[in-house]
Amino acid sequence: MNRPIRRIGAVLAILLLAMIANVTYVQVFKAADYRERPGNQRQLLAQYDRERGPIVAVTDAVARSMETGDSLRYERVYSNGPLYAPITGFDSLVYGKTGLERTENKILNGSSDLLFVDRTKQLFAGRQVQGGSVITTINPDAQFAAFQGLGTKVGSVVAIEPSTGKILASVQSPSFDPNLLSSHNPASIRTYYEKLTADPKKPLLNRPIVGLNPPGSTFKLVVTAAALASGRFTPDSLLPGPKTYRLPNTTTYLNNWNRKACSPTGMVSLRSALAMSCNTAFAWLGNELGADALRKQAQLMGFDTRFELPLRAARSTFPADPDAPQTSLSAIGQFEVRATALQMAMVGAAIGNKGALMNPFMVQEVRGPDLSILRTTQPSIFNQAMTVTDAAIETEMMVNVVKNGTGSNARISGIDVAGKTGTAQTGNDRPSVAWFVAFAPANNPKVAVAVCIEQAGAAEISGNGLAAPIAKKVIQAVLKLS
Amino acid sequence: MPDHANSGMPWGTKLMAFTSVPTRQPNRRTTELLLVIGAWILGVAGTMQIAWATGEGMTPRLWITVVIVGILAGAMHVAVRLTAEYADPLFLPLATLLTILGLVMIYRIDVASALRAARNSAPVPTPDVYAQLTWFTVAVVLFIAVLVLVRDHRRLQRFTYTFGLIGLLGLLLPLLPVIGNTVNGATLWIRVFGLSFQPAEASKIFLTIFFAGYLVMKRDSLALVRTKVFGVGFPRPKDVGPLFVAWIISLGVLIFQRDLGTSLLFFGLFVVMLYIATQRRSWLIIGASLFSVGAILAYFAFGHVRLRVDIWWDPWGDANNTGYQLVQSLYGFASGGLFGSGLGQGFPEFVPFANTDFIVAAIGEELGLVGMCALLLFFGILIERGLRTAIAVRDSFGQLLAVGLSIVLALQLFVIVGGVTRLIPLTGLTTPFLSYGGSSLVANWVIIALLIRISDRARRPDVFVPSVDEAFTQVVRRV
Repeated sequence: MNRPIRRIGAVLAILLLAMIANVTYVQVFKAADYRERPGNQRQLLAQYDRERGPIVAVTDAVARSMETGDSLRYERVYSNGPLYAPITGFDSLVYGKTGLERTENKILNGSSDLLFVDRTKQLFAGRQVQGGSVITTINPDAQFAAFQGLGTKVGSVVAIEPSTGKILASVQSPSFDPNLLSSHNPASIRTYYEKLTADPKKPLLNRPIVGLNPPGSTFKLVVTAAALASGRFTPDSLLPGPKTYRLPNTTTYLNNWNRKACSPTGMVSLRSALAMSCNTAFAWLGNELGADALRKQAQLMGFDTRFELPLRAARSTFPADPDAPQTSLSAIGQFEVRATALQMAMVGAAIGNKGALMNPFMVQEVRGPDLSILRTTQPSIFNQAMTVTDAAIETEMMVNVVKNGTGSNARISGIDVAGKTGTAQTGNDRPSVAWFVAFAPANNPKVAVAVCIEQAGAAEISGNGLAAPIAKKVIQAVLKLS
Repeated sequence: MPDHANSGMPWGTKLMAFTSVPTRQPNRRTTELLLVIGAWILGVAGTMQIAWATGEGMTPRLWITVVIVGILAGAMHVAVRLTAEYADPLFLPLATLLTILGLVMIYRIDVASALRAARNSAPVPTPDVYAQLTWFTVAVVLFIAVLVLVRDHRRLQRFTYTFGLIGLLGLLLPLLPVIGNTVNGATLWIRVFGLSFQPAEASKIFLTIFFAGYLVMKRDSLALVRTKVFGVGFPRPKDVGPLFVAWIISLGVLIFQRDLGTSLLFFGLFVVMLYIATQRRSWLIIGASLFSVGAILAYFAFGHVRLRVDIWWDPWGDANNTGYQLVQSLYGFASGGLFGSGLGQGFPEFVPFANTDFIVAAIGEELGLVGMCALLLFFGILIERGLRTAIAVRDSFGQLLAVGLSIVLALQLFVIVGGVTRLIPLTGLTTPFLSYGGSSLVANWVIIALLIRISDRARRPDVFVPSVDEAFTQVVRRV
């Protein structure tokens, strides 16, 4: 019986080889494919085994990893979650990452090439790979002032340092608590996320940089810059500013916000027209300059460009091919003009910084686990959006807006604040949007800020009433005035 | 011989000179002991690694467990030394190593489940490793009992039909109303006095003995009386009867107990033993044909069989539901890669039934391809020793029994490892020695006891007649 036994032995040996070959196939050749499959939790969980680096505002770690003691070793903790949510984003087991958690992921989890030397050192020291830290440009005081100012209103605030483009504050309301999305409990994460997505106020939307609204009268800053750039207008040029303005080729009449003529004579200087936010004068001016000139000026100030902070901001737009009445409406920031709070803060920053618009950014520097600086963001210029002279003239006009015009609520004693109000309709029966764009001190601005209050509700609200006080608080926080 | 006493030469040197006669063979018991100790040390190292890596620490309970396992392994070695002096020295260490590896992995999964429960603030489940240790103790007692009671395997042949009946009854027991118990869709368990037991595990031994005894008696008629069909000699229909009986029993197990793995195991075992007994390849052809017919019938007739095949073909088709186990198992293997995550550093608890059907996936994840190859080779060597025993033993019954027992181990291994790695459709079988589950562990240890008994017979010198010289030497020494 030995021969059949040997044969069966050979067959069993073949089965053994087949098993080894198949295990090799699964564990070596198909391994990468299987690891990448959606639904494979292991890869995700391996990330939680590393100490992720912190996200820092000045010296506060606004997002950091804490050891939990369970098998997911580290949990992400946001010390002031809703306040910094538009910047940090969240790091969720279920919904992935957003904000700086997403864009700076490789630094934070330690897999970036910048951290190669650190990784090698840790390997030899036998320590766990640690992530690097991301130092933001955020000024915690300004951030907090804006957050507190917004309170329960729906809206957003962006503050920029005009000379560098650093984002000093980026705040939204309503916000959300990233702690609840970054926990280790998938069920509660899902419940909370579904609650957020069901909320009509869209708390998960990164309003300051992707929330698009008609900029209303704050767009007159762009129109004024275009007028000055044309060489045909000075602050003292007289424009027609009647009680109503018939849109070209139509029978539709445009009113001023106070339903009065901008001056008893019907003629108004450009300076006064900006100070009292004269719609009829700017509607006329828009057509005098033409849509192309307006668009060109808007583009120089950042419209039609998608900025990466590195969070990706939405593109603010000026309509592509408006006819005459549409151009008039566009000149007062209506029709299809759309801007983010970031964009309007950049308009303010460009005027304040002698016409030079800096590229906005949010990450100041990247540091290794040993705190050595691995990368620093160098400020860079986006465009000379207007001449130095024109910028100085427009700055003076904006100071006049706060001193003598519609922006009275932004006055700060001892400091020249340059500002512009805005109130935009978003459609029939839809709530309007209140704006305020400002920078201070006017002659050498440390901060440019844009406040946007959506769903402002009552018709009587205005940029000055709702938005200007918030801008003032932010300016005071940056200038360390109380 | 007075010169012996006066020469001053050590006694051992003299003995060697005298014992170079062919009848004296080395028994390799010390080799066995060293290998068993090695297996135990590996287990201790693995346990400590897990305790350290998961932060559990070596608790006194773990130390006691480790010591008890050592004592049990030592007791088995002593039993072999006393009752089966010439047995192959690899059986005991390999089976011990595999059992210890199983205990280590079961402990590993206990820790993972406890951590997971703590995370979800759920009650911590009872650890399985201590229950498995209890079963191992039972297995050791039975192992020693078999060695002591069955001093010659040929005596088992006398009970051929008795064992056949017991084996069949064992298969049918779970179908009985009161004590039968269905778990996860398979009716394999009986529950007596609160203890669950899978009689099929015992049946596989009883039926192997029955097959061996039956085939030894009938093989001549099965082998020699042929009818030629297309040039191939086929046995008479009358002789094919028993094969059909086995086939129908297998189908019965499949239909009534919904247990694909056991059904495959019995049928494969019987066909292979028939082939070896008769040396006729036609039995393999008939067996393969019957298997194909049965498989095709089962595929179309039974939803659960069709489901298994469909999952095998495309596990991702329903990855969150029916394909979940297999997909998670493959993810486990993939995440292990070449060297594995290291004991205590993977996520073996993600795979359902991690400590029973899918224990191999846990090993693949934490010990990697390297660990898997080592594991498969350990099994390979164990089975090879079984076949070698079959070739070496001189009586036909012993040969068939040794082959049958080896094939029981081999088929189980192939069906389950092939299943969890998606080589073949997954059918529920325990991995010999590794999986959590008392019936399986005890049964596999009884198989090892029987193999040791047969190999002791195979390697024992035919007639041990002490040579005159040796006797004389001893006399001299005693003086």
